[in-house]
Amino acid sequence: MKLFNKIASFVLATGVFFSSSVFADTIKIAFIDPLSGPFATTGTIGLAEWKYAVEKLVNEKGGVLGGKKMEVVALDNKMDGKESLVQVQVAIDQGIRFIAQGNSSGIANAITDMVKKHNKRNPDKQVIFLNYSAVDPALTNDKCQFWHFRFDANADIKMDVITDVIAGESGIKKMYLIGQDYSFGKAVAAAAEKYLAQKTSIEIVGNELHPIGRVKDFTPYARKILASGADAVITGNWGADMVNLGRSLKESGFDGPVYCYYCATAGITRTFGETGKGMLNIVGEGKLNPMNPALEAYNKGLKAKYPEADMSQPRITNAVQMVAKAINEAGSATDMKAIAYALEGMEFENELLQTKVVMRTSDHQAIQDVHVGMHTDDVDIDFDNSGYGIKMYKTVKMASMDSPTTCKMKRP
Amino acid sequence: MDLFIINVIDGLIYGLLLFMLSSGLTLIFSMMGVLNLSHAAFYMLGAYLAYQISVYTGFWVGLIVAPILVTILGAAVERYGLRRVHQYGHVPELIFTFGLFFVIEELVQYIWGRSMVNYNSPESLDFIAFNLAGGSIPAYKVFMLLVSVGIFLALYYVLARTRVGMIIQAALSYPKTVEALGHNVPLVFMGVFGVGTGLAGLAGVIAGPSLTTFPGMAFLLGSIVFVCVVVGGLGSLFGAFVASLLIGWLQTFAASYNIGAADILIAFGYEYPKDVYYHPWRDLWTLTLPQIGPILPYILLILVLVFRPNGLFGKRET
Repeated sequence: MKLFNKIASFVLATGVFFSSSVFADTIKIAFIDPLSGPFATTGTIGLAEWKYAVEKLVNEKGGVLGGKKMEVVALDNKMDGKESLVQVQVAIDQGIRFIAQGNSSGIANAITDMVKKHNKRNPDKQVIFLNYSAVDPALTNDKCQFWHFRFDANADIKMDVITDVIAGESGIKKMYLIGQDYSFGKAVAAAAEKYLAQKTSIEIVGNELHPIGRVKDFTPYARKILASGADAVITGNWGADMVNLGRSLKESGFDGPVYCYYCATAGITRTFGETGKGMLNIVGEGKLNPMNPALEAYNKGLKAKYPEADMSQPRITNAVQMVAKAINEAGSATDMKAIAYALEGMEFENELLQTKVVMRTSDHQAIQDVHVGMHTDDVDIDFDNSGYGIKMYKTVKMASMDSPTTCKMKRP
Repeated sequence: MDLFIINVIDGLIYGLLLFMLSSGLTLIFSMMGVLNLSHAAFYMLGAYLAYQISVYTGFWVGLIVAPILVTILGAAVERYGLRRVHQYGHVPELIFTFGLFFVIEELVQYIWGRSMVNYNSPESLDFIAFNLAGGSIPAYKVFMLLVSVGIFLALYYVLARTRVGMIIQAALSYPKTVEALGHNVPLVFMGVFGVGTGLAGLAGVIAGPSLTTFPGMAFLLGSIVFVCVVVGGLGSLFGAFVASLLIGWLQTFAASYNIGAADILIAFGYEYPKDVYYHPWRDLWTLTLPQIGPILPYILLILVLVFRPNGLFGKRET
């Protein structure tokens, strides 16, 4: 099987190499995320967003370096750590210098290690890791490194914003924390405990982790949450675990708010539908609702080209434009050190989202406006073509701008 | 105490759902002597078919039509697939159903996509049946309970009180003799396989709106059904019933009581670490019963196999 995988990736690599050599002049970004298997939906939507952003925001505006086009090359990592590293190697062997990945912090941790080692050993073929979604705080703290750039707000920043909102809700006296039993779930719980204690006098009546993707019926959890007298719930759950938890809570008669990280798009918004109204409060960057005319046109274009996709990760438009800007500033698409230095500390004004983004120098964490929104049908831009979407009601400008980091960056 | 009662009800509903799956599986095993590894795939197929039908005609038509479609499909699988493989022995049969699981699972994902689908309970059942201890039991759950009990009674009646049931039971133990008496045993096999998979389909139809219809649903429930059948005793319908309820309650209660390793450690005189998130034994200190809940049925499975290899109510060697 291993041999087969190797042969398959070799054949794929050569195939892609020969077919893409026709466009030898394009600057390529390798998109490495799940495009098959149970997580394919998220990966496929992300790919569509990358492709459309590159097309619309860079190539149609004249490209970079006076006319060079950019291109996204899709590589499927099947949501598997080992496979991801194989695909990074495939990308490097093809001469691709930008690696974009986002789904799963575990995989991002593996990639950042590999990129760090590779760049040390191959100073002539260095690559930059564009992390557009993995939010484990460690990536910009203990594990930070020069070649990694995170465009999403990390789990701590998001929790900082959520707890700002919660602190303003006088009705919330008791909080229940529940999450999936792995690094991200634990990070969310730890951050929630910390910030709730700092900002509020809310009592945490439950703090637990459940096995990820193994709980068949969330009803007993919902009963327990109800019995604990909790007024609200914080969860980092995603996928079916998120939907089942939310539904069970509603069915069991829970009527408080649920604060979540990943309770929208990829089928989740559609499945919740009416049930999610008044319950789901999601934290995220990128304000979609209420929207501006430029964004409306952009979203329409995306929908026309990829009907199943959503602007689920507006930060991708930041990542694409900031990379293009860095290439222009460096005056080269191959001098990765110069590009990385251009990205570092970059202040970028995103006209589409009408926001400012700063790539913080100390840890390569993007600092941007972070919002909390609610699941509702009163939206201009919906998700999953369902009529439901996320309407932002609270914005924290340049969230966690001065937050401390343990990062001790070594620069080449 | 109130939470206890509500958990008993939740566990019962979940256990009866498991029974609907395990009853079909155990019937098929009794008949053919082969574990149908693709059983959970028919469960998934039932949910997706019902979803598709409900889009056009509403929930109730799907409830009737989808299980019938799954039954026909199951019968066809037996007639044109399993029966041909049967002559080569049990191992090829097992491998056949193993492969079939993945074929159906992939096919479902190919047709309906890889994200969850919006399959919901009917509006007429969107109300709260009754309140208990501050928690509510939705009418749909009561409906699930009634359907499951109805299926159990119907199955029991057919097997114990009708001529068809007599033939099936006879064919279980003495297929050659039954054939010599002029009964069409292959037809009985086909019927049992069809009805068995149809029951799995029906379980999918009623579970889909409650446990969410998504690509991982077959995988999630697949293994637990085998535990029910093995713990109850392969081939024993009553055993499957008892084991399903047992596992339903086991999982429900394990998930709802936060007894943690910390409680036990403190009872033994250890001190709770101050900053537990950075403590070297963090994983042990924060371990709770709900976290290990999902593996409890498998521990039960191993214990039963070690101490009572035939299962709780099994009569035959496996």
